[in-house]
Amino acid sequence: MKKKNLKAWLYLLPAIVFLGAFLVYPLIDVFIYSFEEEYNFASQTYSGVGLYNYSYVLHDTYFLQAVKNTFILVVITVPVSTGLALLIAVGLSSIKPLRELYQTIYFLPYVTNTLAVGLVFMILFQKTEYTDGLVNLILGWFGCSPIDFIDGPYWAKMFVLCFYTIWIVLPFKILILTSALASVNQDYYKAARVDGTSKFRIFVRITLPMISPMIFYLVITGFIGAFKAYSDAVALFGTDLNTAGMNTIVGYVYDMLYGDSGGYPSYASAAAILLFAIVLTITCINLLVSRKKVNLR
Amino acid sequence: MENKIDYNKTEKSARAWRGIRKFVTYFFLTFWAVVVLFPFYWMLLTSVKSYGAYNSEYIPAFITLSPTLQNYRDAFTSVPLLKYLGNTVVFALITTAVMMVVIVLSAFAFARLQFRGRNLLFTFFLSLMMIPNELVVITNFVTITNMDLRNTFTGLILPSVTSVFYIYLLKENFEQVPDELYRAAKVDGTSDLKYLCRVLLPICKPTLITIVILKIIECWNSYVWPRLITDDPNYYLVSNGIQEIRENGFGRENVPAMMAAVVVISVPLIVLFLIFRRKIMAGVSRGGTKG
Amino acid sequence: MKIVLRNLTKTFPNRNKKIRQDVVAVNDLNFEIPDGELVGLLGPSGCGKSTALNLICGLEKPTGGQIFFGEKDVTGLAPEHRGVGMVFQNYALYPHLTVRQNILFPLQNLKGKDKLSKDEMNRRVENAAKLVQLEELMERKPSELSGGQQQRVAIARALVKMPGVLLLDEPLSNLDARLRLQTREEIRKIQRSTGITTVFVTHDQEEAMSISDRMVVMREGVVQQIGRPQEVYDDPVNLFVAKFLGTPPINVFHGRIKDGGAYIGEDRILETPGVEEQEIYVGIRPEGFFLCQDGPLHCTMGRVEVMGRDISIVSAHKEAMGNQIRSIISAESSINPLDDSVCFGVKPNKVYLFSKETEERIRL
Repeated sequence: MKKKNLKAWLYLLPAIVFLGAFLVYPLIDVFIYSFEEEYNFASQTYSGVGLYNYSYVLHDTYFLQAVKNTFILVVITVPVSTGLALLIAVGLSSIKPLRELYQTIYFLPYVTNTLAVGLVFMILFQKTEYTDGLVNLILGWFGCSPIDFIDGPYWAKMFVLCFYTIWIVLPFKILILTSALASVNQDYYKAARVDGTSKFRIFVRITLPMISPMIFYLVITGFIGAFKAYSDAVALFGTDLNTAGMNTIVGYVYDMLYGDSGGYPSYASAAAILLFAIVLTITCINLLVSRKKVNLR
Repeated sequence: MENKIDYNKTEKSARAWRGIRKFVTYFFLTFWAVVVLFPFYWMLLTSVKSYGAYNSEYIPAFITLSPTLQNYRDAFTSVPLLKYLGNTVVFALITTAVMMVVIVLSAFAFARLQFRGRNLLFTFFLSLMMIPNELVVITNFVTITNMDLRNTFTGLILPSVTSVFYIYLLKENFEQVPDELYRAAKVDGTSDLKYLCRVLLPICKPTLITIVILKIIECWNSYVWPRLITDDPNYYLVSNGIQEIRENGFGRENVPAMMAAVVVISVPLIVLFLIFRRKIMAGVSRGGTKG
Repeated sequence: MKIVLRNLTKTFPNRNKKIRQDVVAVNDLNFEIPDGELVGLLGPSGCGKSTALNLICGLEKPTGGQIFFGEKDVTGLAPEHRGVGMVFQNYALYPHLTVRQNILFPLQNLKGKDKLSKDEMNRRVENAAKLVQLEELMERKPSELSGGQQQRVAIARALVKMPGVLLLDEPLSNLDARLRLQTREEIRKIQRSTGITTVFVTHDQEEAMSISDRMVVMREGVVQQIGRPQEVYDDPVNLFVAKFLGTPPINVFHGRIKDGGAYIGEDRILETPGVEEQEIYVGIRPEGFFLCQDGPLHCTMGRVEVMGRDISIVSAHKEAMGNQIRSIISAESSINPLDDSVCFGVKPNKVYLFSKETEERIRL
């Protein structure tokens, strides 16, 4: 028996070592960092323990800008992407010819490199002295004057960021919702048809409640994902997000850690923990709401 | 009872509605398909426009009549694109290979071996899934820096060779293999390791392939960690490479060459996806999220 | 309401795309269901009975032929315009709605001049619930109900619209054996008290025989026989029907007609004056045997199973299909299980002859 135990632990050893070193230890350590004041990276010394790091971060205008950006991004992209994915999934499941083709196309953004395709979006939206860019050309057809979406006004940049984020997250949501719709027993629809239920009523009274657990799953993961937005912003606006005014909370953490403004792991830790606290709160609220609303057992 | 004509009328209007609904559905789906495909089309198109032609188009043209491959030549010669690609391939392959060994061993232990504290440890593993990456990256950065592993493959690879989620996925799959096979192997005097390699792994091959593909995609697209840990372009992966190209490469104006680089970076994954379409989509819908 | 099916045909494109030939699910169905009857569509799986039900319901459009409800041609109508209620095999109760909401659901769909007032809706729901004895369970969710209760909710939901026709798809298949007996009685009772024309589909011949007023036996999309259960049992038109009905099943022998009599092997069991000499199948119901010292059928004794009221004798005969014969005789008969052989007499009205070529009944 002893030998058996030993063998099992031997099999688990690599996983335990890696998880311990790169997941458990850092988790504890990040809290410690966040309370160590005036930590010096080079000498690895600190002057005291306290809440100063949090206070610094909360008073940093870059952090506040990042929080604002992140919240706007979350509030816009989560509902829009979920709603759009639902519409597309419903459309997909109502057709037969070409369905596979559409599904394949819609999934493509999932397997693309966020940074690389972000560059394409930048080209499409950017207005330079050489060209107004394609999007402005199209806007021009409708009589709008050209806008620089990449280096221009804040709302224009935010629009592009939201658009690109939605473009990126949609494949996952469409996939989940399409399979949720497919798993609804066809007999429910037949029964509703015999009763002469209108399409709209079938959707609202039967389909939606049936797939509501999946919708809430998507909303929750969507919130978590959107709060961690970073690489999409880098892809569009470059690495210097603070100057562009488009930084996100995660971007702020990394900037504090490394790069031109980096070298402050304590501030980074405090910011990361604040982010985690926000995400945790929102997730809990989501779960509470969903428990009330999702009455499917 | 209502008369017959009344019903025929409603039937007719219902048919008309069905037609309209179908048209609207296809229109909407096609519209979004265009939105999804357009960036891909645009990067292909731009990558074959010549530098001069692109910059002289104030109004961008939707097709080009004189495609050129010069941009691809530039992409491989004036920036170290090949180096980035090579790095990424090495990084993706080694990470995936090491991770497969680690997760197969632990999944096997959880699924088949009896030992004290198994359930407790597994619950603990599962709870680790909730830790966001952003929280641990800071310390990992410090750890790797202190170990002098910046700008090395070891530093790039080490933190991403375990995945609790994949351990979980694989354990579930291992458990579906009937117990009898394990007992039969024991009766024949097969060792655990031999049973794992000869019986379990071949049976669970579909899941293993799915995990490998998903992990490779993840590696190919990883950006944050490589950015933190490498500042020597010799160790850049494609994500950082493209960022480097964008900021310092051809100069901001040579968009066609940039697009050529983007195409080169995007094509391998798209090809992989088209080959393993069903597997990837099934794997992702079982619980993958982006990033 | 009377239901008339005229030349009803339904074909599906073949699943295997290489085969161009369409699959014929229902082939030229012609029958009439009188008003107020309970009719069972019976057949093995894949015989087209469910398709026939879906056609009557309107969930599928026929490839050819017509359907009449009363005098009205409903062939082209959508299900909601036909005035049918349907109970699905797995009940299709909406899991997120309570029993009351489930029953109310069809009424809320009514539009325009059919729209009901709130009070009227509630009254109808209460009535339907009372009919199936669900009053106590109205606020529960389907998952909190037993299979039999779910079944009753499904029936109430189908009846609440007061349809002219009630359709049931394998209504008992999801219930355990004991509930099945009980529920089928209930279905019969509800049907009697409402007088609603009811069609149900089943693959269980016992179920169909026990409650239907009339049954329709189908095979590969073609109706084999229509009639009252006893008539069909007593007078099957072909070998398929004879084999499909009855438990224990009918015993089938290889036989031939010669010299004006029917032979099983060397045993002449029946006089068949005027019938052409030919190879035949002989079907004998288990209850068609009686013990008789000098009876015509000589069998090897197998074993005797005591069933209380009756005893069942399993014996062997080389001409019997599967080599085995099961006969049921009164328990009063004296029989020695240790005998080597046993001789049976047969009751002529329980013996059916079928042409070997067409499997059709040879009438005497």
